[in-house]
Amino acid sequence: MVLNNIEKLLEKYNNAETTLKEEAQLRAYFESDTVAPHLEQYKPLFKYFSKSQEEQYTKDVPLKPKKTIRLYQWISVAAVTVLMLGLMIPRIMGPTEEEKEEALLAYNQTMEALSLVSLGINEGKEQLGALTLVGENLDQGMAGVSRLDEFTKAKNRIFKNK
Amino acid sequence: MKQAEFVSLVMPFKDKVFRLAKRLLVSREEAEDATQEILLKLWNNKAKIEEYKNVEAFSMTMTKNFCLDRLKSRQAQNLKIVHSNYTDGNASLQRQLEVRDSMDWVSRIIEDLPEQQKIIVQLRDIEQYEYAEISKMLDMNETAIRVALSRARKTIREKLTNTHRYGIK
Repeated sequence: MVLNNIEKLLEKYNNAETTLKEEAQLRAYFESDTVAPHLEQYKPLFKYFSKSQEEQYTKDVPLKPKKTIRLYQWISVAAVTVLMLGLMIPRIMGPTEEEKEEALLAYNQTMEALSLVSLGINEGKEQLGALTLVGENLDQGMAGVSRLDEFTKAKNRIFKNK
Repeated sequence: MKQAEFVSLVMPFKDKVFRLAKRLLVSREEAEDATQEILLKLWNNKAKIEEYKNVEAFSMTMTKNFCLDRLKSRQAQNLKIVHSNYTDGNASLQRQLEVRDSMDWVSRIIEDLPEQQKIIVQLRDIEQYEYAEISKMLDMNETAIRVALSRARKTIREKLTNTHRYGIK
């Protein structure tokens, strides 16, 4: 009776008409020790099926690397931002109040020093007036000398004529 | 979605993905690589995952497509050595040794099936999915699946019966 049933199931099985339940029944039958001799050839098949189910994937899947790459990306973004801020901030903020005061002080001091120098230059200029006087006398002297030249020419002529 | 959440979502079917990949790619290393690739793809698209109703079916479809692509590019790259016309009448000793390892035989018989049938046998007989689920995964109607499965099971039966007889001889 059981054997008859199994044979029917096998027929259905080969026509791909069995349900999962019936296939489980077949598997159970062929795993038992009471397999009819003329069905012996099916034994390895069902044994193979149940054995194949046990095979497992044991390798680890490296899901993390992707994450660390993302972290590096963010670090580089942060680094660039810091660099840009370092360049931009001094420009935007400009000089502080203290720096402005210092600059004004330096300006005033320079102006004072320069006005002192210009005062000295004016004094020197007055003294230069005396020098121009000397220059004028020198010109008069030169005129005298040119008269002397005339005299010498006249004297030479007289001596030649003699 | 956090990593722990993702792992608990993927955990129930990652072995199934691996087994399907191994069924198609045969080598364990390649199947491991493929599984890793698929899990990483899922992880990278984890934002979209929540929209899918059935992540498992979606992953199985992805696995199928990925492995078939792999096989295609492998065929394009490598020269295959096939002994399709290789017959040896005196191979009884070798055969007997092979019969002893009958499980190995079953796996080899399945390996010889066309890809489509391989996938269906894997999904139905090993992973025990309902026909409705398989039809979703493979984008085929149930009747076509039943036909392909029946063909595959009959091929397996025939080859097993032959092997069995040789074994007895």
